[in-house]
Amino acid sequence: MLSFLGRRLLYMVPTLFLISVVSFAIIQLPPGDYLTALTSEMEAQGETVDNVQLEALRARYGLGEPFHVQYWKWISGIVSDLDFGQSFEWGRPVSTLLADRLPLTVALAGATLLFTWLVALPIGIYSAVKQYSIGDYLATTLGLLGLATPNFLLALLLMWIAFSTFGLSVGRPNAVTLAIAVVVLGTAGTAGLIRILRANLLDELRKPYVVAARAQGLPERRLLVKYPLRVAMNPFFSTIGWLLPGLVGGEVIVATVINLDTVGPLLLGALQSQDMYLAGSIILILSALTVIGTLISDIALAWLDPRVRLRYR
Amino acid sequence: MLQPDSPPERPGVAADPAPDGAHLAVEPEAVSVASQWKLMWWRFRRHRLAMAGLIVTALFYFVAVFADFLAPYGSGTFESEHTYAPPQTLRIVDTSGDGWDWGLYVHGYRAERDPETLELRYAVDEATRIPVRLFAEGETYRLFGLFETDIHLFGTADPDAPPVHLLGADRLGRDQLSRIIHGTRISMSVGLIGVSVAFVLGILLGGVSGYVGGKTDTVIQRVVEFFMSLPTLPLWLGLAAAVPRDWGPLTRYFAITVVLSFVAWTGLAREVRGRFLSLREEDFVTAAKLDGVGRPGVIFRHMLPSFTSHLIATLTLSIPAMILAETALSFLGLGLQAPVVSWGVLLQEAQQIRVISTAPWLLLPGLAVVTAVLALNFLGDGLRDAADPYRR
Amino acid sequence: MTSHVRATPTIADAHVPESDLLVIDELATHFHTDEGVVKAVDGVSLTVPHGKTVCVVGESGCGKSVTARSVLGLVDPPGRIESGHIWWRPSPPTEPLDLAALDPRAAAMRRVRGGQIGMVFQEPMASLSPMYTIGNQLTQAMRLHLPLSAAEARERAIAQLARVGIPQPEKRFDAYPFQLSGGMCQRAMIAIALACDPGLLIADEPTTALDVTTQARILDLLRELKDQTGMAMIFVTHDLGVVAEIADEVAVMYLGRVVERGSVFDIFDRPQHPYTVALLESMPTAGLSAGGRLNAISGMVPHPGNRPAGCAFHPRCPSMIPGLCDTISPPELTLGDRRSAACHLLDAEVAAPPPPSRVPAAVVAPAVTRAVPAPAAPAPAPSGEPLLSVQGLRMYFPVKKGILGRTVGHVRAVDDVDLEIRQGETVGLVGESGCGKTTLGRCIARALDPTGGRILYRDAEGGPAVDLAQLTSAQLRPYRGQVRVIFQDPFGSLNPRKTLLQLIGEPLTRIRRADTSDSSIQDQVADMLRRVGLRPEYMRRYPHAFSGGERQRVSIARALITRPRLVVADEAVSALDVSVRAQILNLLRDLQDEYRLTYLFISHDLSVVESLCDRVAVMYLGKIVEQAGTRSLFTEPGHPYTAALLSAVPQPDPHRRSQGARIRLADDLPDPADPPPGCPFHTRCPHRDSSICAVDVPQPRRLGAGHLAACHYAGDLVLK
Repeated sequence: MLSFLGRRLLYMVPTLFLISVVSFAIIQLPPGDYLTALTSEMEAQGETVDNVQLEALRARYGLGEPFHVQYWKWISGIVSDLDFGQSFEWGRPVSTLLADRLPLTVALAGATLLFTWLVALPIGIYSAVKQYSIGDYLATTLGLLGLATPNFLLALLLMWIAFSTFGLSVGRPNAVTLAIAVVVLGTAGTAGLIRILRANLLDELRKPYVVAARAQGLPERRLLVKYPLRVAMNPFFSTIGWLLPGLVGGEVIVATVINLDTVGPLLLGALQSQDMYLAGSIILILSALTVIGTLISDIALAWLDPRVRLRYR
Repeated sequence: MLQPDSPPERPGVAADPAPDGAHLAVEPEAVSVASQWKLMWWRFRRHRLAMAGLIVTALFYFVAVFADFLAPYGSGTFESEHTYAPPQTLRIVDTSGDGWDWGLYVHGYRAERDPETLELRYAVDEATRIPVRLFAEGETYRLFGLFETDIHLFGTADPDAPPVHLLGADRLGRDQLSRIIHGTRISMSVGLIGVSVAFVLGILLGGVSGYVGGKTDTVIQRVVEFFMSLPTLPLWLGLAAAVPRDWGPLTRYFAITVVLSFVAWTGLAREVRGRFLSLREEDFVTAAKLDGVGRPGVIFRHMLPSFTSHLIATLTLSIPAMILAETALSFLGLGLQAPVVSWGVLLQEAQQIRVISTAPWLLLPGLAVVTAVLALNFLGDGLRDAADPYRR
Repeated sequence: MTSHVRATPTIADAHVPESDLLVIDELATHFHTDEGVVKAVDGVSLTVPHGKTVCVVGESGCGKSVTARSVLGLVDPPGRIESGHIWWRPSPPTEPLDLAALDPRAAAMRRVRGGQIGMVFQEPMASLSPMYTIGNQLTQAMRLHLPLSAAEARERAIAQLARVGIPQPEKRFDAYPFQLSGGMCQRAMIAIALACDPGLLIADEPTTALDVTTQARILDLLRELKDQTGMAMIFVTHDLGVVAEIADEVAVMYLGRVVERGSVFDIFDRPQHPYTVALLESMPTAGLSAGGRLNAISGMVPHPGNRPAGCAFHPRCPSMIPGLCDTISPPELTLGDRRSAACHLLDAEVAAPPPPSRVPAAVVAPAVTRAVPAPAAPAPAPSGEPLLSVQGLRMYFPVKKGILGRTVGHVRAVDDVDLEIRQGETVGLVGESGCGKTTLGRCIARALDPTGGRILYRDAEGGPAVDLAQLTSAQLRPYRGQVRVIFQDPFGSLNPRKTLLQLIGEPLTRIRRADTSDSSIQDQVADMLRRVGLRPEYMRRYPHAFSGGERQRVSIARALITRPRLVVADEAVSALDVSVRAQILNLLRDLQDEYRLTYLFISHDLSVVESLCDRVAVMYLGKIVEQAGTRSLFTEPGHPYTAALLSAVPQPDPHRRSQGARIRLADDLPDPADPPPGCPFHTRCPHRDSSICAVDVPQPRRLGAGHLAACHYAGDLVLK
């Protein structure tokens, strides 16, 4: 187990490095650099540009220097001082901007995870155990609809219903809009999980060991929970890895409909205005979180499944 | 001779069961000589939802191909007096006069001022009557870019009459139905082209990885794993945002499809590699090698045909994700941009709840998205289930 | 045989003889599928007396397993028990309980499962959950039915593991199933099934997936446990050898019905039903290599959805009476105590009028003269020069580990093998699974590129020998047609997307490019199809239209179309049912004469090898440990491993059951990536002498003409 963990951690290093390179490349992709954009913006507003300050900034980010030098300055700033650079749109350091918005984002993520699991687990089990029942067809159909509906469309529909029936104000977040956000963000994930859980469980239920356990006189419910369900649960742990990035991605879209002070809209705004240090930093953080999340889910899987745990001795 | 208590006589060989699968020892001649594709078709045909999916998908692509003819107006044509005009119902019989008067027509609009907000609104005016006909003359266009014509499936009988909006109009008074039809072309093709790019990448790298094996395989697998560990949506957003603003609509369209396929190829590469690896161990592949078939022959005549059906199913199933992604990107203003019309671009008009409550028909492109995605999913599921007719 | 009493079709309610533990009465279990109702079990009656072993035997698709599963209500949907009774009376004073009438989910059924009736399945590895330790699953089975504390259960479980012969039970208690070998898993499965001392054990093909040595040990174990506990057993198997080893009573099933019942001696000595007779005659026996033939049953078991009218066996029956057998289903006739058969020929009223010639001799003849020796077919004199000579052949597979796939070791699948195959002979290659016999076969056919060594092949023109191991694929092309392979799996070895014409014609166009016009190929394929017993019209068909046996005929046709000289038959009959296997063996035999073929016959089934081969080579851990003429190998084995293999083969004769002490090997084969030093077999050898065997690798010793054994004590040991 320890060596499995060690190998897994070691494997993360090149991935994280590559991710940071890709993120930085995205920052560098748009033509021109951030200072030229800044100067032109300031000039357009009739402000004077302090050349000394400008030069200081230029030196700090290594603008005009080759890619790898700029990258090195950027990444060493992040690693040593958590300095992700400046957001020129907001005129503040990226790190403070993120710090303001992370708590709500994480809270929303937790609520969505809970929602997804609590809804998907019972429905998935029911669907598999009562295959071809009316409930199964209903769950399958709803699941497919959930997967086929873009989440912003769902958000629009729910908000429209809330607006027209309860006359809710749309402007600021309240309990109802937060609840809608959780449902919208969780729907696609829930639908996907139900589908996977159902398929996995059906697969497991046909395995010989289920018949063998039944032949020992194990009651159906205990049998289901102890044997096939434990194997079929694997996808639930894989969701951990994808949760935060998927959520922020979803939020980006949903937040244009529901006004939320989370990381999502920040990313969208940054992308639309090509505020690349902010955007690149968010992408870097999200990608890093994915890698860490996959690590957590891999550890959870290894801990739960002796086959994974013992094969990688 | 026989005792009365002997067991009841059983009927002889029952009528042959439906010709399916290979599990019956005795089979009608037709099944015995049926090729893989025929067997797949027989299996697919029994899957009702999949058949429905096939028909709906075919309809969507038909609409995409004949969009210019099917849409009564161009995607940019507007009637400034028809801001947020509600949908009109196409009527066949006029009973307002004496007796029944046959013929297609719609009612016209009348402007009203909202007594509270003083906004100008349009409502269907039961009193007016605008005749409509099939194969009406309208704007000129080039069918398939070749034949110039001005015949549309339907339109107002009098070319100068105010336009008809069967699905309402948007903020600028553009016909929603026409725009959805034109949007079909872009939205449905983004999926196809994106998947094709992903397909080429996936089959090439996956095939090399699976067949060559060894160090090459290790390197390609690491690359695939890296791409898979990247979060999809933020990456899409980042790449799409990095597409320069000043690129023309066509370049932008291709840039976006490439961005979309950038993420999708990894799954395909894995599938192709997995199939290659498992097929390499199959006895019939070894047998072909021993029959003197060379390497290309083994790959193209024995291995590839064994999983093209699976590939087609996987490809079909990855189109919906592309359609959804394009819709989301365009909705956010990061994907395609006007004047290009896609369902996502159309939905951009419906970002405000207030707008939706005034003109709910602006959400209709969303219905098109859901229908297309569902149809493709059903089709793909059916194909996947039918992909291996030899399953034991 | 004169006074027949008709079997009472139903036992009056609660009239279950006290000596009977379980009485199955007219059980019908049907599967309601989209294609119609499949009557997998269709009126089975069976009794299990206290403390006896009842074997249910028959070919695949006869409903044996479904019958066994029906007893515990374990038939999965869409199957369900349609009618009939399963009377269960664990202790005589109580009223019998009808298991067929119980809801499979009811508590009453759960008390019976595991508590009163235990069950063991075919796939030991898959029948244990990979997520829990052996100990966890065993204690769970105990605590379901017995009031035990966790500590008590653990103690009892370890004792139980020791009882089923698992070494180091304390350690194995915490092992996961995938850490154990198949044999160990089956022992664990038996421990679980017997956790609560049930009165009856149902064993559904428990040894089919195991090697012959492991099978022998599991059979011994089951017999011992039966004697210790006095439990009864229902033992489902397709292998008549196993039946002869373990059965007290036998029920022969055909297409969902019991066609004959009786004691094991009755069945083997005096079979009454033509199907039983035919099954016994299809068993391979020595002498086939000398030109003898097996009495194969024609045709194959039809799908239960296409049950023939009348007697289900009539289309394949040699003594079918037209107008009777094909219209009226024969009733079960009682022939004595616990003895019955369902055949019109045995009915006094039916059999009286027809002339005695109608009843073929086989029906009444004892099943001793099974192989009919050929009148005068002298074995082809092996010429001096070998056709193929394998020298020092090695095939190592790298073991890779880690992210970068570093090679950390090698599996020595074939390790320094010498073997000669002479023109016209049939050489058998035997050994347990994983010993490298298939790899050796594939190296010879150059499906694999050997790591080292030589494969010298003498061309037909009589030129110098060619080293096949050194040739490039282009140089190999002419030899591809001369050395051909028949594969084991009749389903996996034929590309399902090609017609028979394409499949059989492909080697012609690819290898022999002489006359490859379409019509010539068609003619040759048609001719070949005829030779292997298929109709030439079938060439437009795809493999899915054929059964396993027919596909194997196609494989043979594909192998022989290039007129090869050497054919490597890799477990070519292992996946087939007994009756079909006999047909294919006969076909191989006939074709050998016709085309002057030389066979390398790879098989794990020693009885098949004994009947077909002239010479046999025994492989163990990648090395050939012994080779000799078939007769001398089977009568005077020189290597302890050969002796152990031979003594593990179940004899299809219940009278020879207790003859002689058996050699029993430990279950586990050493890791082929890390073979033991010295003699590879010394870890399992009953005769090992640690001073030499664990240190020096034994060199082959000559024991007689063409008899070599790689053992330090070959010739000195008394092995049989």
